[in-house]
Amino acid sequence: MTTGVRATARIVARPDGRGGTALPVLDGDGPLALRRIRAHGDEARVMLVGAMSGPLGGDHFTVEAEVAEGARLHLASAAATIALPGQAKGEARYEVRIGVADGGELRWLPEQLICAQGSELYVATRVDLAPGARLVFREEQVLGRSGEEPGRLGSRLTVRIGGRVVLDQELACGPGAPGGWDGPAVLAGHRALGQLVVVQSEFVDAPVEARLLGEGAALVPLAGPAALVTAVAPDALRLRRVLDEALAALAPACHG
Amino acid sequence: MHLDHSHPHAGATVGADAHRPDGTRRALRIGLGGPVGSGKTATVAALCRTLREELSLAVVTNDIYTREDAEFLLREAVLPPERITAVETGACPHTAIRDDISANLEAVEDLEDEVGPLDIVLVESGGDNLTATFSKGLVDAQIFVIDVAGGDDIPRKGGPGVTTADLLVVNKTDLAPYVGSDLGRMAADAKTARGEMPVVFQSLRSEAGVTEVALWVRAQLAAWTA
Amino acid sequence: MSRAALFVLADGRFPAGGHAHSGGAEAAVKAGRVTGAASLEEFCRGRLHTTGLVSAALAAAAALGVDPVELDGAADARTPSPALRVAARKLGRQLMRAARATWPSAELDALAREFPKGAHQPVVLGLTARAAGLGPEDAAYCSAYESVSGPATAVVRLLSLDPFDATRVLARLAPELDRVADRAVEAARGVVAGGGVDVLPAASAPMLEVGAEGHAGWAVRLFAS
Repeated sequence: MTTGVRATARIVARPDGRGGTALPVLDGDGPLALRRIRAHGDEARVMLVGAMSGPLGGDHFTVEAEVAEGARLHLASAAATIALPGQAKGEARYEVRIGVADGGELRWLPEQLICAQGSELYVATRVDLAPGARLVFREEQVLGRSGEEPGRLGSRLTVRIGGRVVLDQELACGPGAPGGWDGPAVLAGHRALGQLVVVQSEFVDAPVEARLLGEGAALVPLAGPAALVTAVAPDALRLRRVLDEALAALAPACHG
Repeated sequence: MHLDHSHPHAGATVGADAHRPDGTRRALRIGLGGPVGSGKTATVAALCRTLREELSLAVVTNDIYTREDAEFLLREAVLPPERITAVETGACPHTAIRDDISANLEAVEDLEDEVGPLDIVLVESGGDNLTATFSKGLVDAQIFVIDVAGGDDIPRKGGPGVTTADLLVVNKTDLAPYVGSDLGRMAADAKTARGEMPVVFQSLRSEAGVTEVALWVRAQLAAWTA
Repeated sequence: MSRAALFVLADGRFPAGGHAHSGGAEAAVKAGRVTGAASLEEFCRGRLHTTGLVSAALAAAAALGVDPVELDGAADARTPSPALRVAARKLGRQLMRAARATWPSAELDALAREFPKGAHQPVVLGLTARAAGLGPEDAAYCSAYESVSGPATAVVRLLSLDPFDATRVLARLAPELDRVADRAVEAARGVVAGGGVDVLPAASAPMLEVGAEGHAGWAVRLFAS
């Protein structure tokens, strides 16, 4: 029996002392390659490049990012990540651990995660923010490539601010998930779903007002200085359109 | 969490407790029920206009569809908007005033907290049917409003609203000649059904308007605060 | 303790305000996603395994004596929709009133003082079960069952659905209710065993969240949520 691949990528962002952001740690590993790309003002930019396909069944990928006080980091990915069935037994795990210190800012805007037919993936994302940290975080999941049945997906996204959990959301869908996942209470036949989390201390005094963003999405204030967009859509393209509009409205400087 | 055994009634009061958590006497609560279109909301509006100068009032409405009656009262500006609250009833106003009164109690208490002190809270039921009455856990006295156009046999048919309400109001007496209702017969039937309990015949279009009902409300308040 | 107290607490006529809420069913009916018994069943099944599981676990944990203030925070984090947070606190406050009148308890009094405008309903439910001498399994069952009985009753009113069909839907969900209650209690015991409230399930239902925000903005509706 084959065992899956274990891979970890780490990023640490700190002020470089000259008004910009340095990346003293930028370690990719195997299928998780990291590239520093051209900075944008004082913001360091990193591209996550998938060096091979995956995660496959049994793989365990971890991506860690630490943003120190006063540093600004932007993460994007070169292409969508595609979870595929593998030869190894068991589900694949993809863990993301993010920490942002007071006065630090992270914009985490990777491409979609696509759960191909027959794949089994669990994604765990843990975000720890200091009270004065700023965050824009997007995740998008697509069930099945075009025209195929969805893979199995489990995910959990936890966001803490100053140690207090302000958002804890799990989702289970695809074959073998608890019943009703595709029914009218959960996904209602939609195949693309996404969340956009924006955290900034301005929301303490001026929280966003809850509103619908079209038929399958809502912008809401969380019980803390954070805003969340929850969106479902028939496909990845329409999902991105909704999240892009929300992003432009919520955090104009962060768009793109 | 701190556990304290010394204040069994701290926080929200339960049921029909006559006192607020701080020990002061709460407002008198009067319920107004009756069939659809009999003039409950119009009577509430008229009572507010008559009594608002001398008393501190608030209104809770129980609508079938959310907020219709509350919005009528707001449009008519019978009270400042913060004194009018609509309770959502899940399509069953009679449940909200009788079987499960928790949402109404909260609305009443929130009004006392936010715009109090209050003398009277009028709790209006959604127009439901002849059997809908208010729980004694919610109101201290209730008025049942019927009208002559609904048929002059309603007092004879009885039902808990007609027979047990503290005051029966027969509304729209000005319409009696046009709808063929016999006011004398209605009065006699009401007497049979209610014995000595009061009945008021009113037309809000007449000069007297809501005067008699307002007098009855004042008497209830005098008894409550005595 | 008396197990019969469970019937008092779980009775749909227990006067705690539930009759005015549809559990998201009104929004789903209006959107055309629930149109009859079959889609009601799928709606209820999805709600049971998401909101139902989370609520049942919160209730079980409260019944076990986990700090209700911490549980209330955990409920907030698991309820991103402010419309649903408001509904949960309203219902919690209404249940608190009924609970204190029915099973007076110092713990309920203390929670009422801590949250004068209401704690999340499942937390109050768990503490009520505790005050009634019931255990975490009872609290979990009660909460999980409410997560489906509320929408089923509402859809009977909204669609004039045959009430026998609605009751059959609930009966068909019984085996899954058992599993959800078991999972909820197991998670709640994990909290007590040292895992803290973070180990409680957080299963989410995007359509319920989005639908609740839409519903809260309607000018005319039958149900409060």
